[in-house]
Amino acid sequence: MIDKNKISRERLLFLRKKRNSKIFVVFMRLFILCAFFILWEILAQTGVIDSFLSSSPSRIYKTLKSLLVSGELWVHVGTTVYETVIGFLIATVLGTAIALALWWSENFRKIAEPYIIVLNSLPKIALGPIIIVWFGSGVKSIVFMTVIITIIVTIITMQNGFLAADKGKTMLLESMGASKFTIMRKLVLPQSIPTFISCLKINVGMAWIGSIMGEYLTSRQGIGYLIVYGGQVFKLDLVMASTVILCILAGVMYAIVALLEKFLTKH
Amino acid sequence: MMNEILNLKNVSLAYQTDTDEIRALDSVSFGVGNGEFVAIIGPSGCGKTSVLSIIAGLLKPSGGKVTLYGEEIKKGKNSIGYMLQKDELFPWRTIEQNAYLPLEVKKIKNETEKRKVDVLLKKYGLWEFRKKFPSQLSGGMRQRAALIRTMASSPDLLLLDEPFSALDYQTRLTVCDDLYDIIKKEKKTTLLVTHDISEALSTADRIVVLSKRPSKVLNIHIIDLDKTVSPLKRREDPRFSRWFERLWRELNHD
Repeated sequence: MIDKNKISRERLLFLRKKRNSKIFVVFMRLFILCAFFILWEILAQTGVIDSFLSSSPSRIYKTLKSLLVSGELWVHVGTTVYETVIGFLIATVLGTAIALALWWSENFRKIAEPYIIVLNSLPKIALGPIIIVWFGSGVKSIVFMTVIITIIVTIITMQNGFLAADKGKTMLLESMGASKFTIMRKLVLPQSIPTFISCLKINVGMAWIGSIMGEYLTSRQGIGYLIVYGGQVFKLDLVMASTVILCILAGVMYAIVALLEKFLTKH
Repeated sequence: MMNEILNLKNVSLAYQTDTDEIRALDSVSFGVGNGEFVAIIGPSGCGKTSVLSIIAGLLKPSGGKVTLYGEEIKKGKNSIGYMLQKDELFPWRTIEQNAYLPLEVKKIKNETEKRKVDVLLKKYGLWEFRKKFPSQLSGGMRQRAALIRTMASSPDLLLLDEPFSALDYQTRLTVCDDLYDIIKKEKKTTLLVTHDISEALSTADRIVVLSKRPSKVLNIHIIDLDKTVSPLKRREDPRFSRWFERLWRELNHD
């Protein structure tokens, strides 16, 4: 007889082992991060590496502090986050809608195929001058850049997801007399939620590429602007500090998507 | 013959591919009586499944006529329940949400229809699992849930396309007994397609034997085995093996 309230020794060992390995992983992650910064600082302090070229954690900290005190930090962060999020949302919504239209009509799909392939292979940065001429130098251009970089991947990923709708289940719905719209609502859309989530995760990365690249091309504020500016005037502290901010922002945005995933895949 | 509800008359079907025209069915005719259990057997690759697809209105025959209660089949308009090889339960829906699916698709909103499904779920032991997801149920229970879904919109005719072939042998026999019992209790008219001769023999009142492509009806047998016992029990009948041999020969001699 197994007593439910009494956990066996074996199970206890198993649980302990599992918990220990989890603690070890978290510890190692933090350890590597700290070790990296400490080593960097020591090497810079002792002059093994030139902190003029490679900056150092303490100098990055000072730069961040002065950006924060002057209030500049929020202007730059706000600008870039705004461009990224708006571009991300437009590309995701529009891209998914286009993918759905491509799923709906086989002819449309065949006609659009070569255009999508070419647009996918085209380095979008090449469109930079055209975008600037059309949209001016500023937020609009950068959002547009973010959208075209993100949307193509969205279309391709989501279209594949929609087309992978289960054949047997489609047939089942058809035998019940379901219209194409009903099949879309009852089967294709809910079945594509996992694809949609992995698409969101890809898009987070794509949107950051788009907004930073856009800012490299044309901007007066934003994290990308700070990086380019810092490089031009040889202020590596500023470049490194901006990169650190970028890492944090990208991480936060990914975490939000991961949270959304938890919410959407409850079932 | 007892009063016929489904009738196929000279049904033929040709598939068009880029390189060829494939003739799948050649003048297939047979009928299914009210409350009857008919099985179609034939060599693999013959047009067995096409016959069901045509009756379900998913495929349009190249020639001939299919009528249900004297009316010609139209896609989505007829009262037919189609059950496929796999249970095809939607993993993101609970068992009861799966069972209500035909009502949703047919936009039947009235509560009494829903209660009818509830009655089926209760009667066949799925009520306490109604809030569970398909992945939490055994293969046999899932197949039972799929059958209840098939019957949810109270169809006049059930079409079963090799509904046991995705299960392992042991489960197949029990699930066959289980589903047969439900079908008989609910007095449903059923057309089963299978490549398994013993499965057809253990369930059917009549067996339609199809030939290789282009498929014709080779023979229609009235099975004289005891229909009051379960399919598994029927297999013990001494006539069973004689029937098996006869059908086996028929399938392999054309």
